[in-house]
Amino acid sequence: MSNDANNELWRRFAIAAPYLWLLVFFLAPFAIILKISLADPILAQPPYSPAFASDGTPSMSLGNYSFLLSDDLYAISYLRSVTMAAATTLLCLLLGFPMAYGIARSPAATRNMLLLLVVLPFWISFLLRVYAWMGLLNNHGAINNLLLWVGLIDAPLQIMYTDFATAIGLVYSYLPFMILPLYASLERLDMDLVEAAQDLGASRTRAFWDITWPLAKAGTIAGCLLVFIPAMGEYVIPYLLGGPDSLFIGRVLFDEFFLNRDWPLASAVAIILLMLLVVPIVLLQRAQARDEEPAA
Amino acid sequence: MKAFIHIKEISKHFGDFVAVDNVDLKIAQGELFSILGGSGCGKTTLLRMLAGFEIPTSGSIEIDGTDITHQAPYDRPVNMMFQSYAIFPHMSVSKNISYGLRKDRVAKKEIAKRVDEILELVQLTELKDRKPDQLSGGQRQRVALARALIKRPKVLLLDEPLAALDKKLRERTQFELVNIQEELGITFVVVTHDQEEAMTLSDRMAVMDSGQFQQIGTPKEIYEFPHNRFVADFIGTINIFDGIVTAVDDDRISVYSDEAGETLTALGKQLVDVGQQIDIAVRPEKIFIGKEKPDDANDVCIEGTVHDLGYLGNRSLYRIKLSSGKIVQVSSQNRRRSVTRFLDWEDKVWISWKPRSAVVLLDK
Repeated sequence: MSNDANNELWRRFAIAAPYLWLLVFFLAPFAIILKISLADPILAQPPYSPAFASDGTPSMSLGNYSFLLSDDLYAISYLRSVTMAAATTLLCLLLGFPMAYGIARSPAATRNMLLLLVVLPFWISFLLRVYAWMGLLNNHGAINNLLLWVGLIDAPLQIMYTDFATAIGLVYSYLPFMILPLYASLERLDMDLVEAAQDLGASRTRAFWDITWPLAKAGTIAGCLLVFIPAMGEYVIPYLLGGPDSLFIGRVLFDEFFLNRDWPLASAVAIILLMLLVVPIVLLQRAQARDEEPAA
Repeated sequence: MKAFIHIKEISKHFGDFVAVDNVDLKIAQGELFSILGGSGCGKTTLLRMLAGFEIPTSGSIEIDGTDITHQAPYDRPVNMMFQSYAIFPHMSVSKNISYGLRKDRVAKKEIAKRVDEILELVQLTELKDRKPDQLSGGQRQRVALARALIKRPKVLLLDEPLAALDKKLRERTQFELVNIQEELGITFVVVTHDQEEAMTLSDRMAVMDSGQFQQIGTPKEIYEFPHNRFVADFIGTINIFDGIVTAVDDDRISVYSDEAGETLTALGKQLVDVGQQIDIAVRPEKIFIGKEKPDDANDVCIEGTVHDLGYLGNRSLYRIKLSSGKIVQVSSQNRRRSVTRFLDWEDKVWISWKPRSAVVLLDK
């Protein structure tokens, strides 16, 4: 085989690799879940009816989906998850932007140190860190004890097992995912541009909104997606820090799968969750692509 | 001279480092003034203080009679063209150029008119809807210039305006820049490390080193009459001879130099005393070179051998070794058309110059 043809083969393989990856690890599982979501739960192994009856006729229905739509519980859980994820994303952005900006503008030596501090929590197990928050937030925890000792409160505050505790846990866990992409785009930002805007008559605030903000947009979008998507399906944090009746969709999903063993319904929940996530992402990416098109 | 820009005893310290050290400067209205110096000499800090990005540690700056020392950058009647050009990558050419006017809330009609005018001035009319990444280096430079000029600032600051352009483009742009400056009558302050750029652009220039001005004057004054060894050495090439004054007449002094192995005469009403240590400096193009000793007894003549030579087309460069081992650079016009060498390696030659060509450098 000639060298050129060999190179061509490698090139094709390199291009095909990510598609192959997506096919095997995303599209195929997705198809399986989709198939299960159209089945009925049965007491068997696996616990759902086959897609085709023994005589070969297809036995699939949208029954699970119509059930999901008819019961308020699911709509409420989706809504709560979206709200919580959106709030988490916003808080992460508000906290993360100044932090990322500060890191990007600090001297090179300090910068690496600060970045290390941002990723340092990842060296400890995620679960352990959430448990640590339980220790801090509960009625006899560090925060309540401190507030009692200072005298700001007379009785312990109920922080643990509330949405507030869930929010703290979510923001804490996902903040690095906001900071890192923001840092990457802010670090590339040429400070001359900001100074040029000021030189031309923009105040510091104006220069921020005219220059820094639009040029950090790619980082902001990436950061928001990296926080919003996992926060939307988060299961552990609401389960451990939130109240027992906190209905987040991740929790519902878990309960349907493992407590009710209703795989078809759980699959339908997962498919709708995916749709809720995919649609805004696709829209965002379209908007981004349109922005990057050169002005005609 | 009436000072349009008046920099008074300005200093800027960064911790222990003194970037600008007690500098005084007056620039007239409509002048094209350059500040020339090597990296870290304080020229950029000085420019940034004029723009308002740095606040002086002490001293003050007045522009057109108004103290602007503590004014914010966006309040100053000053605009700057950045070395990187700092073109906003997310805005089209015309949006970049109109930015300053939009921030001042100028009426839309007026903005459109002035953008068209300035686009014409910098010859970018056809490219007004392009995004910056679709422009060449020269076009970007003109966008930056137009953007800084559109607010009709009292002073335009230019930080290494031509450094990012290639040689041919740089030469053409130099003259364009001067033409635009003359047409608009705006006072330009240019910071550059490129002496050729400073010489061709400026009405007057300052040579800066270690936070201080070494000399301020017209390009000619600075080239032909450098005040000290630093300026002489920094601008162009110069041969410098250490020496001791042996005699002072009415208008000329005699200086004996070990390096030259001769007594060098130079014109000078300078206040020098016999026995004083001074330097005599001569530019390479002021030195004649020949195989015969020149007749004129007034000329300074030294014998040497050709150590090295280089043919540059329009002229030739020679490095002549004197008996003391000192190397003297000589630049000679190639007036005759010839393929054979007039001088060759190791030839015995005489170098000579008129006493008035020599510069007397007092402070070392």
